[in-house]
Amino acid sequence: MNRETRRQKIGFGALLLATLLVVIPVIAIVALIVTEGWGALSWEFLFSMPRDGMRAGGIFPAIVGTVYLVFISLAFALPIGVMAAIYLSEYAKDNALTRLINLAIINLAGVSSVVFGLFGLSLFVVFLKFGVSIISGALTLGIMTLPVIITTTREALRAVPASYREVSFSLGASRWQTVRHAVLPRAVSGILTGAILSVGRVAGETAPILFTVAAFYLPNLPTGLSDQAMALPYHLYVITTQIPGIPEHFRYGTAFVLIGIVLIMNVIATVIRSKAARKR
Amino acid sequence: MKLPSRRFREFLIEKLIFLSGIASVVFVALIFLFLLREGISVLKTTSLGSFLGGQNWYPISSPPRLGILPLILGSLLVTAGAVAIAVPLGIAAAFYIAEVAPKRLRTILKSFVEVLSAIPSVVLGFLGITVLVPFLKNVLNLPTGLTAFSGSIMLAFMALPTIITISEDAINAVPREYKDGALALGATHWQTLHRVIIHGALPGIIAAAMLGVGRVFGETMAVMMVTGNAAVIPHSLFEPVRTLTATIAAEMGEAAKGSPHYFALFAVGIVLFVISFIINLTADFLLNRGRKR
Repeated sequence: MNRETRRQKIGFGALLLATLLVVIPVIAIVALIVTEGWGALSWEFLFSMPRDGMRAGGIFPAIVGTVYLVFISLAFALPIGVMAAIYLSEYAKDNALTRLINLAIINLAGVSSVVFGLFGLSLFVVFLKFGVSIISGALTLGIMTLPVIITTTREALRAVPASYREVSFSLGASRWQTVRHAVLPRAVSGILTGAILSVGRVAGETAPILFTVAAFYLPNLPTGLSDQAMALPYHLYVITTQIPGIPEHFRYGTAFVLIGIVLIMNVIATVIRSKAARKR
Repeated sequence: MKLPSRRFREFLIEKLIFLSGIASVVFVALIFLFLLREGISVLKTTSLGSFLGGQNWYPISSPPRLGILPLILGSLLVTAGAVAIAVPLGIAAAFYIAEVAPKRLRTILKSFVEVLSAIPSVVLGFLGITVLVPFLKNVLNLPTGLTAFSGSIMLAFMALPTIITISEDAINAVPREYKDGALALGATHWQTLHRVIIHGALPGIIAAAMLGVGRVFGETMAVMMVTGNAAVIPHSLFEPVRTLTATIAAEMGEAAKGSPHYFALFAVGIVLFVISFIINLTADFLLNRGRKR
């Protein structure tokens, strides 16, 4: 074996080692939460109210709160995000405004999650007087998730071949008719992927809801949009750091439910994406 | 007579599409304005210099002392530690995934990276407290495991998916001819990698590292849970520190609305916003330059 092939062996070995150092902890994290959290799961844990200062009972209100936040933020962000992507992909010219929009999207994606929390507090909770409520939290999360929806939808729209548009135009269709009937139907799976990914993101975020919606302990279900609510990620934070004497398996159980929701969303998104890729 | 109504409907829809298009710009502007609206009042209590450079953060003493230098240094220290771990590891993994791994393994590895990026930060923080912190305390024989170093390890893992995916894109975007040319000249695959491909991919890799830094700097929950939250000027990686983000998250709940403390936390938010703005603009500039060539 000559010197260069030996060097190559060592080099590739080092790269493999680095990759393993990334991958093995990921496997360990998921395995630990699944094995430790599985035992905590029970009908009572999932579907009953917390009791005894959250040291007993279940996490039902936190699950319900997270479901509320996910759907309301999506109802707000999905239409805006999809239309923004339609604008960027089908209408926008290559000019200063478009560049400005793209920069804004990049920045929106890069802003710290706790800064979104501050923004939600000052705009929705204080200025618009929505108070600490589901609607304030959902709108904050919705704005935070816009970049995900816009970029995935835009990719999906751009993947539709130009010939679809040309044929539609040549038949005398207007731009909107073309978008509505020739382009959008072929981008549905991409849009769905973006929506599902953002669900996973919204379900797992803690910092944006700290001051906008999250209730420390609320042993009843929210009745309307102006109520406070518990939420899974905040609940995990609370029982991990704020309250002593919580049984360990309660924490793992909560982490398991949270990570379960997030990972299932990611798996569904991946399946839809790969199915769409195969069809093409 | 259906035509005009259809035209009108299209006009409305296209207006709506345009408004949604510029919504992101509006939201970024709103974020800045509303941070500024509350944060600017900190200057009634303290000057800009003593806010950014002050060495004492005692927000509820009277008079309050609102110097965020310890917080800035805390953030910088944790970030530096995380970058030192995540950047070499991430770039090496990106090269392995993009160039060395066989196709099937590549798909599997990429899905692991996706899983990592999906794990909520509070879950990582929880595992940090329950597993990593006691482990580091014992192994390194420290008085407490809640240190900047623990934070750096957690944050390195949160930055890795960003660094790996963007570096990998940059490596894949290097023109095929570069690689073919080097191989045709008799270079080994390894030589091609570290002498040729890395040069073509460099702007993208730097951008990846910067976006990783941005991610780390703005991370909140995991870092708050494992760094011990001591608002003092740090002297080593193995002491408790407090970051800018953790300060906001931990203290906003108890800051009275309209108090100097409340305004100061918003001002910390402005600092974070401006820093992430600069990082993202620079990274975007590098990525676009890389693409144009």
